[in-house]
Amino acid sequence: MSDMRLKVAIAQCVEGFALDVAFEAGSGVTGIIGPSGAGKSMTLGAIAGLSRPQSGRIVLGENVFVDTAQGTFIPPERRRVGYVFQEARLFPHLSVAENLDYGARRRGTASGMSRMEVIDLLGIAPLLDRRPHRLSGGEAQRVAIGRALLAAPQLLLMDEPLSSLDIRRRREIMPFIEALHRRLDLPTLFVSHNIDEIVRLADRVVVLHGGHVAASGGVAEVLNRLDVQSLILGEDGGAADPATIIEARVARRDEAYHLTELDIGGATLTVAELPLETGAPVRLRLHARDVALATERPSGLSIQNVIEAQIASIRPAGTSQLDVELSVGTNLRLYARITHRAAARLQLTPGRPVWALVKSVALASDTNESAHSL
Amino acid sequence: MTDWGGWLSPGEAQALWLSLKTGVVGTALSLPPGIAVAWALARGRFPGKFALDGLVHMPLVLPPVVTGYLLLLLFGHKGPLGHFFETHLGFTLAFNWKGAALASAVMGFPLLVRAIRLAFETVDPRLEAAARTLGAGRMDVFASVTLPLVMPGIIAGTLLGFARALGEFGATITFVANIPGETQTLPIALYSALQTPDGEINALRFVGLSILLAVGALGASEYFARAQQRRIRGHR
Repeated sequence: MSDMRLKVAIAQCVEGFALDVAFEAGSGVTGIIGPSGAGKSMTLGAIAGLSRPQSGRIVLGENVFVDTAQGTFIPPERRRVGYVFQEARLFPHLSVAENLDYGARRRGTASGMSRMEVIDLLGIAPLLDRRPHRLSGGEAQRVAIGRALLAAPQLLLMDEPLSSLDIRRRREIMPFIEALHRRLDLPTLFVSHNIDEIVRLADRVVVLHGGHVAASGGVAEVLNRLDVQSLILGEDGGAADPATIIEARVARRDEAYHLTELDIGGATLTVAELPLETGAPVRLRLHARDVALATERPSGLSIQNVIEAQIASIRPAGTSQLDVELSVGTNLRLYARITHRAAARLQLTPGRPVWALVKSVALASDTNESAHSL
Repeated sequence: MTDWGGWLSPGEAQALWLSLKTGVVGTALSLPPGIAVAWALARGRFPGKFALDGLVHMPLVLPPVVTGYLLLLLFGHKGPLGHFFETHLGFTLAFNWKGAALASAVMGFPLLVRAIRLAFETVDPRLEAAARTLGAGRMDVFASVTLPLVMPGIIAGTLLGFARALGEFGATITFVANIPGETQTLPIALYSALQTPDGEINALRFVGLSILLAVGALGASEYFARAQQRRIRGHR
């Protein structure tokens, strides 16, 4: 593990928007999440050296990039910070191979991965002779990632690299990014406004809002906070249902039915077979809209994931719906979104024991985008 | 020269050669400052940008005679710059082909700058930012990203400026007069032929020559611009 630690504490004001952030990031992937206009790209720009903070310090390991008190400002070309932008930004007058070699020619050979390895990992060997305008969005973004990696970075910044792609391209490129993070020992900041991407990729998360750090820490710990969820989802937070991120483990594999049972801490969830060994960690995201409630243990039901829970609190979500907070075991919280009428007819009140029926689970696993729970 | 002797009179060959020489030299010399000014106008933020823009476009809107007379005042034997060149650098511009080259350069400059400036404005600064994160310094980025991307504009601007230089008349005749073999370029030779009794046939030959040259320059401009476009963005 590299001990490169990024320390950022900067203030910057551009066209009336005030950015004032302080956070640290170590090895692994640090997700930076927040609604648009939170200052995510501006923060990355300052770290890369594309903009100059009015005050503060940016330090990576031993290298001081910016220290306004000392008058230090290292230009971007001498920072060794790889930057993957929202748009691929490939040079249109160069071939894919020449684009890949642009940084490598200037920085010497990369210490981490060889050219061959990068090309192989990103699956871009067949594209080398093409011009950027002949690439699809996903292909271009993969080349852009390769180009950044081959410039021998000590820190990788990824600024919503998936947001300009449609869902199919996203699915196509996500495994490459995951493989990259597993393969590389490179501190990475991954910016997104999409909770699922962060849940899937990040080890830690920094939440930005209005130019400030609203929260930071472990992914599940931070993103399970309802105040953080509504910050990220913004104005329509009421319409979007709360979700719980669960750090689960593979408890058992049911080879006969091709199922995998996950221990979510106090309960078991059964999902379609995962290519993971018993004991392997899996991060799940459970949406309130995918949880139904029953006041008695249901029988004769195709939904197999029935979890014993207790109602912790009930709060309105819009005019016709409610979010019911459930406690499962000692420290797991789930949410169920139901209608006012259902709550009234079932006489749901805090403290009442219920059964939560889980209709589907979003898996933040390596292979499946999501899996239906069984 | 001698090859053309068969179908061009010595006077015609001389005028054609002079036009090409003053046009090429004038355009070549105005290219580096032209690129610099175009870059400053497209990207720069500095006081006096508006004034610079106006100054560059001045030859386009001033009567050429005025431009020629201003050149004479500045670069003539008694002009401040002309005097400086004569005493310190040992060469004169007034009444010789170098002066004609300067006049054609000044007159072609606005067109050259305009085309290159437009090209600079189409270059996405985000590409340049990406290049800097890949380890390229400012000058390196300019040479390896910006310049190749504005190359179609540079070629178009150069040929446009050159075509304009070929047609230069008013400023040239005012600044360096009408000296056969020295400053008598095609348009001026055509003008002289028209002043001569029974010179219409000669004049028509000069007209034909001018048209051939202009069409050739425009054709070359189109060809090179297309080739560059293809190189950068592929078939359109």
